[in-house]
Amino acid sequence: MSQNDLIKETNESDQIEEIEIELLLEGIFRRYGYDFRSYASASIRRRIWNFANLHKVQTISALQERLLHEPAVMDQFVLSLTVNVTAMFRDPLFYKAVRAKVVPLLKTYPFVRIWDAGCSSGEEAYSLAVVLTEEGLYDRCRIYATDMNDAVLRKAKAGIFPLSKMKEFTDNYIQAGGMTSFSDYYTAKYDHAILQNSLKRNIVFAQHNLVTDTSFNEFHLILIRNVLIYFNDELRQKVLDLLHGSLVKFGVIALGRKESLKFSSYDHAYEELDVREKLYRRTA
Amino acid sequence: MPYNLIMIGCSLGGLKALPILLSGISRGSVTPIVIVQHRDRDINTAGLLTQMLQKSSGMVLEEAEDKTPIAPSHVYLAPSDYHLLIEQDHFQLSTELPVAFARPSIDVAFESAARCYGSSLIGIILTGTGSDGAKGLAHIERRGGLAVVQEPSTAEQGSMPLAAIAATSAAKVLPLDEIATFLNSLADHGEYKNAFRAAR
Repeated sequence: MSQNDLIKETNESDQIEEIEIELLLEGIFRRYGYDFRSYASASIRRRIWNFANLHKVQTISALQERLLHEPAVMDQFVLSLTVNVTAMFRDPLFYKAVRAKVVPLLKTYPFVRIWDAGCSSGEEAYSLAVVLTEEGLYDRCRIYATDMNDAVLRKAKAGIFPLSKMKEFTDNYIQAGGMTSFSDYYTAKYDHAILQNSLKRNIVFAQHNLVTDTSFNEFHLILIRNVLIYFNDELRQKVLDLLHGSLVKFGVIALGRKESLKFSSYDHAYEELDVREKLYRRTA
Repeated sequence: MPYNLIMIGCSLGGLKALPILLSGISRGSVTPIVIVQHRDRDINTAGLLTQMLQKSSGMVLEEAEDKTPIAPSHVYLAPSDYHLLIEQDHFQLSTELPVAFARPSIDVAFESAARCYGSSLIGIILTGTGSDGAKGLAHIERRGGLAVVQEPSTAEQGSMPLAAIAATSAAKVLPLDEIATFLNSLADHGEYKNAFRAAR
């Protein structure tokens, strides 16, 4: 085959694939109500193919057939599209910045409501609980940790992590300005680490879908780190509307290390509390 | 043929090779450049790499952030601990699992760029161990983009360039110090058009 034929064939198969992905996501929405249609296309394409390869399916059309007819496979698919591997105190300097710049603001409220949106298996919510405990604020806080995915929420609620992760978590904890020993926060049992109930007591894990559900409270701090990166521009803007409407004036929103409110309509409604760690304070 | 984006992938040895390449690019060039350099999570060295590379380039050097539009006269560096994807005219980041131990993965970045930019993309593989970037460069070639590889014997680590040459059929293989001259010589290289409009 000549180089030009190869290019033509590749462009054609790219176009077919684009159609297949659109149809698949439309079909999933109509069959199951999960709306991935406005997810950022580059990463969702990768995840779809990773799943197809794992299940030895050759085309996305063939995958569509399986997903529409087999709800059990669909459950696995949702997991593979939404689960993000994370760690306790991922980005340790973020938690240091929370201690230095957010905790003093939160201390001015008699009762503090926090929303951890897209909490996945709970690492971030528990990390925050540790920080708030050490800052003497946790008794007055409630963390609402939400995710669209029931399976990860069950995992999050359990608060049990592989013991093999504890070295990484401990290193992160130290770099995050931890005040005691990280082992104070868990009990080792067989090859698992069970987090202390004292961390769990003020966290409410609940199902919430940022794409299809509405605001459910008003918060003083919202964490939405490395979640909006998976949405396209339009959906990101829509979710930012939802978050903005759920944040008190002068409340704080925390984005991932490489996200910003630039290129959104909220650029001017917030001031930067910490430029590097992407902490923004609502001013309007 | 006007090129709208240049993607560069490198691993071990890249920190020495990149300044040589960047400093050779003519001052008039406005074609944006995206660098995917394998790197560790940089908790305490954040910004150092950007600062170092800025010294060798007349363009604006910055780390790519999610949803940042790809602008002319900019050199973007893939941030540590994320995959960098190209989505139409802007960047998309992802925290999916590392691919072949790499995050950022050159293959992931190159493939996504190839799909958006087609024949208006140049992909360059420089020094490095392993074979990351080879599949990505093949994706670029299959969509009519231009594949360039550092001559393995001039690379601090020849393994990545060798893999890239093996995976492609017509890659332009050049010693490191001739790559910038080659880029400068491409006729319309300096002609920047709106990236996505020109893509298809």
